[in-house]
Amino acid sequence: MAKTAISAHQLVKWFGEGDARTNAVKAASFEANFGEIFYLVGPSGSGKTTLLSMISGILKPDSGSVTIDSTAIWTLSKDELADFRLNRIGFVFQDYHLFPRLTTVENVAIPLILKQRDWDEAIQEALRYLEIVGLKDRAQLPPFKLSGGEQQRVAIARAIVSQPDILIFDEPTASLDGDTGKKIMSFIKDEILNENRCVLVVTHDSRIFEYADKIMKMEDGAVTTIENKSEVK
Amino acid sequence: MKGILKIAFKLLVNDKGKFAALLMGITFAVFLMVMMTSIFSGVLRSASSVVINIGAKIWVMDPAVTTVANSIPMPDFVQHAVRSINGVKFAVPLYSGSATLRLANGAYQSVSILGLDDTSLLGRPELLEGNITDIFAENGFLVIKDSEINKLNNPHIGTTFELNEHRGVIVGIAKVAANGLFGMPTLYTTYNRAIQYIPSARFTTSYVLVEPKSVELVQHIKDEVKKMGYVAVTNEEFRENISTYYKYKTGLGTNILIMTLISFIVGLSISGQTFYTFILENLDKFGALKAIGAKSRELIIMIVFQAGFTALTGYGLGVGLCTLMIGLAKMRLPNYASVVTFGNLGIAFMMVLIIAIFSSLIGVRKVLKIEPFDVFRG
Ligand SMILES: Nc1ncnc2c1ncn2[C@@H]1O[C@H](COP(=O)(O)OP(=O)(O)OP(=O)(O)O)[C@@H](O)[C@H]1O
Ligand SMILES: [Mg+2]
Repeated sequence: MAKTAISAHQLVKWFGEGDARTNAVKAASFEANFGEIFYLVGPSGSGKTTLLSMISGILKPDSGSVTIDSTAIWTLSKDELADFRLNRIGFVFQDYHLFPRLTTVENVAIPLILKQRDWDEAIQEALRYLEIVGLKDRAQLPPFKLSGGEQQRVAIARAIVSQPDILIFDEPTASLDGDTGKKIMSFIKDEILNENRCVLVVTHDSRIFEYADKIMKMEDGAVTTIENKSEVK
Repeated sequence: MKGILKIAFKLLVNDKGKFAALLMGITFAVFLMVMMTSIFSGVLRSASSVVINIGAKIWVMDPAVTTVANSIPMPDFVQHAVRSINGVKFAVPLYSGSATLRLANGAYQSVSILGLDDTSLLGRPELLEGNITDIFAENGFLVIKDSEINKLNNPHIGTTFELNEHRGVIVGIAKVAANGLFGMPTLYTTYNRAIQYIPSARFTTSYVLVEPKSVELVQHIKDEVKKMGYVAVTNEEFRENISTYYKYKTGLGTNILIMTLISFIVGLSISGQTFYTFILENLDKFGALKAIGAKSRELIIMIVFQAGFTALTGYGLGVGLCTLMIGLAKMRLPNYASVVTFGNLGIAFMMVLIIAIFSSLIGVRKVLKIEPFDVFRG
C-alpha cells in the first residue's frame, strides 16, 4: 500500500473584493501518494496554480487543510514553513526564474546555500545534479545562453538538488516543443521519481498525459474527476 | 550566511552596467561633498593662519574684531594693564597689518606685515636661512617662503625694498605652518619697527598676546580683560570665532552647504534610482527565492549587503579621487587652500550611509511585498 504524500482537505480560496470577488478554488480535496506522478489538469482560470500554491505552502488557504507526510503545513509559522519548503519541496516554475547573473551551477546550488551549506561543497553537489540532467558541460555558462529545454533541466536540477520529497512542476512543457516535453517527462519518470517522492504536475499539455499515474481534472475551481491511470495499466 | 552574501555579491557585481552606474553616482557625490567641504576647511585654515602661526595661548583684542585680518588697534595702556592682571605670566604686543612695498625694480607689491614684540619675539617663525637675531639689524625684515614669495622677485638675504620712505632689507628667510588667504607675501619684523615704518592713527597695538601662569587662570584673565572693555580669547576660541564668521556671516558657508546638499541629493537620486531598477529587475528571482524557502530576514540581509557594499566602495573611490585631485592641485599650486579633515570625511560618510539606508529601504520594501504566488502564476 502506497504511503500518502499529500492530503488536501476541503481547500477554499477567494480572491478580490466586492463584485470582483472570485472563488478560485472551491472545497478541493484529494490525496497523492509517494511514488506517483500526479497531474492537475483543467482549462485556464480553473484554479490549478492556486491549488498548487496552497498545497506547496506559498499561498494560505481561506479554509481547509494540507497535510504533507503527516505535517499539517498551514499550522506552521512563517519561518517554519519556509524551512519546510526548503527541505521537503522542490519547485520548477513555469518560466524557470533562473538568475541570469549567476552561472548555471550557481543557480542549481541556491537551495543548498539557503540551507547554509559551505559554498564549495554546494557547488560540487550542484555539479553532480547538473550531470544527472546531462548539463555538466554547461555549468559555467549563464542560464540565458542555454536552450529552453536545457533551462528547464537546470530548473529541475535546482529543484532536486536538496533531495525534496515533493516536486512541484507548473506547466513544465508549456514552452517546449512536443519532443522536448516528452523527453523531459520521461526523464522525470525514469530518473527523478522514486518510491519516496511524489511529483505534482500542472499542465494543459495533453501530449504528456501518458506519463501520469493519476490525473485530476478541475473546472471552475472545483475538482471534477480523479482518474487513476496506473491501476488501469 | 556567507553563502547568501556571496550570491548577493555576484548578483550585484555581475550586473556590470548597473554596478558601474551605482558606483559612479556615489563616487561622484562623495567626491563633490568632500571636495566642497575640504576647500571650505582650507579657506578657514588660511583665514586663521596668523593665529596658527603666532601660536600665542591668549589673544586680547577689541570686541569688534571678527577676523584676524581686520584687527582694530588698541592703545598702549591695554598691554600694560593686561600685564598686571594676576595670573598673567607675560603679555606682549603684536602688530598685524598690511603695507605696500616698492621693490628694487620699481614695482609695487602689497604684503602683510607682522611685528613681533622686540624683547620676546613671541610667535617667531622657523628660519630657513639667516639668524633670528638679525631681525634687530637695521631695517631688518624676515620674508616667509611660501607660494607668494616670488611676488617679491626672488628675494634673498640682502634684497632691499622701500616701505613708506624707509629702507627695508631682507635678513632672513623663514617658514610658517599655515599659508594666508589673501595671496600676499608675508614679512616679519619687530613691533617697534613695524609701528615706526607703517603710519597709523593714535593706537598701534593690534593684539596683546598673553601667556597665562596656568590654565586654571585663563578664565580669571578673560574676566579681568572684559572689565577693561576688551576681550580675551584662547587660540582655539579665536580660530573658532573666525570660522563662525566665515561660515555664517559671509555667505561662503551657506553656499558650501547648499552645494554639499545638492551633491548629496544628486548622488542619492542616481544611486537610489539605479538600485531600485536593479531590485525591480531581480524581483521575480527574489520571489522565487522566497518560494524555495529563503526567509525574509535573509533577503533583507542580501539587499542591505548590496546597498552597503556599493555605498562603501563608492565612498572609498570618492575619497580617493578627491585626495588625488587635491594632491595634484597642490603640486601645481602650493598655496591651494584645501584640507581633507576627518570632519569632512565623517560628513560624507554619514551622507553615504543615508544613501545606502534609503536604497536598502526601497529595495527591502519591494522584496518583502513580492508574493511567491505571483511568481508562480508568472
Ligand atoms: N491574486 C489574484 N487576485 C485576483 N484573482 C486571482 C488572483 N490569482 C488568481 N485569481 C483568479 O483565480 C482564478 C484561478 O486562477 P489560477 O491562476 O489558479 O488558474 P489556472 O488554472 O492556473 O489558470 P492557467 O491555466 O491560465 O494558469 C482565476 O479566475 C484568476 O483570475
Ligand atoms: Mg496556472
